Amino acid sequence: MSIVNSQADKIKEISGSNPLKCMKCGKCSASCPSFNEMDIKPHQFVSYVQNEDIQSLVESKSLWKCLSCFACIERCPRNVQPGKLIDAARQIVVRQKGQDYLKADEIPELIDPETPQQLLVSAFRRYRR
Amino acid sequence: MQRIGVFVCHCGSNIAATVDVKKVAEWALKEPGVVHAEDYPYMCSEAGQSKIQAAIKEKNLTGVVVCSCSPRMHETTFREAAERAGINPYMVEIANIREHCSWIHKDMEEATKKAVILMRAAVAKVNLNTPLKPGESRVTKRALVIGGGIAGIQTALDIAEAGYKVDIVEKTPSIGGRMSQLDKTFPTLDCSACILTPKMVEVNKHENVNIYTYSEVEKVSGFVGDFTVDIRKKARSVDMDKCTGCGVCQEKCPSKKTPSEFNRALNTRTAIYTPFAQAIPNVPVIDREACIKFKTGKCGICEKVCQAGAIKYDQEDEIITEKYGAIVVATGFDMIKLDNYDEYAYSQSKDVITSLELERIMNAAGPTKGHLERLSDGKAPKEMVFIQCVGSRCSDDRGKSYCSKICCMYTAKHAMLIRDKYPDVNVTVFYIDVRTPGKNFDEFYRRAVEDYGVNYIKGQVGKVIPQPDGKLLVRGVDLIDNKQILKEADMVVLAAAIEPNKDVRKIATMLTASIDTNNFLTEAHAKLRPVESPTAGIFLSGVCQGPKDIPETVSQAGAAAVKAIGLLAKDKLMTNPCTAKPDELMCNGCSQCANVCPYGAISYEVKEINDHGVRETRRVASVNSALCQGCGACTVTCPSGAMDLQGFSNRQILAEVDAICR
Repeated sequence: MSIVNSQADKIKEISGSNPLKCMKCGKCSASCPSFNEMDIKPHQFVSYVQNEDIQSLVESKSLWKCLSCFACIERCPRNVQPGKLIDAARQIVVRQKGQDYLKADEIPELIDPETPQQLLVSAFRRYRR
Repeated sequence: MQRIGVFVCHCGSNIAATVDVKKVAEWALKEPGVVHAEDYPYMCSEAGQSKIQAAIKEKNLTGVVVCSCSPRMHETTFREAAERAGINPYMVEIANIREHCSWIHKDMEEATKKAVILMRAAVAKVNLNTPLKPGESRVTKRALVIGGGIAGIQTALDIAEAGYKVDIVEKTPSIGGRMSQLDKTFPTLDCSACILTPKMVEVNKHENVNIYTYSEVEKVSGFVGDFTVDIRKKARSVDMDKCTGCGVCQEKCPSKKTPSEFNRALNTRTAIYTPFAQAIPNVPVIDREACIKFKTGKCGICEKVCQAGAIKYDQEDEIITEKYGAIVVATGFDMIKLDNYDEYAYSQSKDVITSLELERIMNAAGPTKGHLERLSDGKAPKEMVFIQCVGSRCSDDRGKSYCSKICCMYTAKHAMLIRDKYPDVNVTVFYIDVRTPGKNFDEFYRRAVEDYGVNYIKGQVGKVIPQPDGKLLVRGVDLIDNKQILKEADMVVLAAAIEPNKDVRKIATMLTASIDTNNFLTEAHAKLRPVESPTAGIFLSGVCQGPKDIPETVSQAGAAAVKAIGLLAKDKLMTNPCTAKPDELMCNGCSQCANVCPYGAISYEVKEINDHGVRETRRVASVNSALCQGCGACTVTCPSGAMDLQGFSNRQILAEVDAICR
């Protein structure tokens, strides 16, 4: 899996967030409930995108430790909203062509009578390209 | 036909290195109306100006074009030179061949071509110029200062010392403003009241100063040098002449539950009250919303106990109309409301306070008599956390985009004072940047760290969580250690952003003074005219113009006073003759010009017009030339082309365009 630098632009595009607006106050990291679980901290996400080091981001534990609780998005005083950057980095990973995260024949096993049909359809759309 | 002289300046090599100045002069002689053309190394020099004056006399010139630098630089110089040689100054035009040509081009041939074109345009305009005469308006030798804080007090004192009458209008019952609420001042730590009250007394005693407290500006009309202002003196319900300030009424008043504005609602006051002990005037007011007599008709205790018979329940608001030559705005600031900052638990816990509230708590006359204690249970705190930039430097819609400027310094002050008086209290400051540009400011902050052991942590706080045991759990980050911090605190102090006083928008509208998106009043020029509003005769003092601390406020207050004095010292004002003028025959009275006029200079009158032999009564526009600043908005708005700007008429502008396109 190789990620090129132009992915930084992709992340900015998907997230709609501009890392240049960051004033490095750290309120995102101060708000993050998963802070201790993360190898790259929320405030560092901003500088990783700014420095176009996307490879490290997508390989980080943090990507999957983020709870999407939106505390950093809610409280960011500069509208940089690192949570959106993290989410965009996740998108980059799941949008990799040829990477099947969900195969059609796996679905019957996963089906739970409680699971809404809608969820399966959207999951399939999202993870099977 | 005009007789025009064209004078081409080399500006040393500034112009001559890129523009063939001789050629520009040669080409000038081919233009209609030009009877004389010459070039010279420095036209603005004494010798250069003499050349212009000599040519005016020898060649009987009626108009002059100087091809030189920007008119912002030397238009006045050349106009005055021409006037001394006997021609109307408004017959002089500048072709800017420096900033608009030589400085921005490299190719000599192209630059020369452009310089010739610019010269042509100026000549075409001068051919249509007519002599203009500035009008005169009188100056009322009295100034109005709106706001009685330290900015207003200083401005009023400086104007009064120069020998002019000043009125201060203050909305609250006493002068003193924010500074009177402060306990100590940075960077010297002297007591705020100790340095402010002598000034309050001085301004109150000054024979040239008249103070209207508990009063508001209600209406402003007129223009620079001649403003008419209505001031509403709200009913105090106390006779200011009879009251001796003994204070018995306040002791006996049974209505004691109104939150004290002066103590930031940390305690209560009576219905009849003076905001603080050193209030000036030392005459209470009755808050009619809280007064039992006004609410139910029963009570009247203050009237009974007043030995001087000063209580006047039937007193009414009074409107005072006064004329002023200059108006200084000194309306100051307030802290922003923290309703949108739930994460800091300001409205959930009494022990989360703003810095201004801490200021009152630390003050001997405050709600805790100066003892540092938690407002929830009165216990002494052991751990205190300060959070910087609450609502400052925000680009979201919760806060302000600017830096409030004073918070870094007052937080260092608070931290130092607490560590000094209560050495067993730990003080932690969460900061984003520490900004200390000022004389002895960084040294002050370093003292807090090095001598007083204040723990400064680079990072913000994400959340303050009130605990069941009354403690406050603070979750922040240390960006240097890259660690999240969980800290139990007894008190949390928020450095809330400051914002201009709420009333400033209303006042700016009355004054037609412009304000920015943050409601700060705009300067005429950010660098070179920082204490003047773009509206003539309006001056700016203190935080109404932008965040500033006390020393800066006092300097600016003095500067605003000097500008006001400069205006008041004049007997008459020359008005700019380049003002709008309607052609009454063409005006259809549609009001569009009045709607776009930023200075309120256009009004309408119903007039009898002789339209080619037909007498008709029509509603036509009329321009007050003293108010008109010549911006030209009306001339481009007028659908019938009736409005024209003298000195920049539509014909003149089009002649310039034609000359350029020729």
